[in-house]
Amino acid sequence: MVSHPTLNVTTPSDVEVVMTREFNAPRRLVWETMSNPELLSRWLFGPDDWKLDVVEDEQRAGGSFRWVWRGSDGAEMTMSGVYSEVVPPERMVRTEVFAFGDQPPLGEQLATLVLADQGERTALTLTLLYNSKEARDGAIASGMARGVSISYDRLDEVLASANTLATH
Amino acid sequence: MDQLSMTFAALADPTRRAILARLATGETSVTELAEPFNMSLPAISKHLKVLERAGLVARGREAQWRPCRLEAKPLEEANDWLERYREFWEASYQRLDALLDELKAQEKKRGRKKS
Repeated sequence: MVSHPTLNVTTPSDVEVVMTREFNAPRRLVWETMSNPELLSRWLFGPDDWKLDVVEDEQRAGGSFRWVWRGSDGAEMTMSGVYSEVVPPERMVRTEVFAFGDQPPLGEQLATLVLADQGERTALTLTLLYNSKEARDGAIASGMARGVSISYDRLDEVLASANTLATH
Repeated sequence: MDQLSMTFAALADPTRRAILARLATGETSVTELAEPFNMSLPAISKHLKVLERAGLVARGREAQWRPCRLEAKPLEEANDWLERYREFWEASYQRLDALLDELKAQEKKRGRKKS
């Protein structure tokens, strides 16, 4: 069994979540896996029986994107937004809004991805910034930063709590 | 403020986390607590009040402070909360580890290095 680097998740302020992790690969490769739709769909697809479809992805300042996750039971989650910065292979900043099925979108976060070159390794820092503490807490509580799958029988419960907590 | 928020606010400060760690080894007075931090008693007391409001420590008799075992629950809840979230992301990143290994192996095979 291979041991993996540690993923650290912290909440340095009321409105942020910060994740840090190292990868055993050079930065340009890590960037590829986070920006190439075909590669993205091979790791960021959620639970085993889900699929990620990168429907739209204009990777430039002002470009919009739309990623759709679909479960085998018909559940669907969409993440969409606009890029404000795309600087390969080191930095990407974009807004992210989530929607489930046909429901109106809920919750918005500003995601800043930074990849630091460590030679044959790469250090990732992903900062998620929310409009309010409630929005931040709600996002963590529902456990769905990106591509988390939820099965239909929990969808109602999640929507109910997210609707209470989300602010725009 | 709800309990979970108070717990997070209490834990958001490194001095308070260190105080909690110290109290976990046994009861002590404010004076003893202040010592390693090179901080005034009022400053330490302020931190202790935040921890007390969050239910993480309790004041005993004669200005002794002790960790509240019963109130370890807020801490556990806070840990679980972030932990579930972390676990989700960890699963995805472990897949990414495997994909990166595969890509590196492919590049090696091809003997080509893009810069």
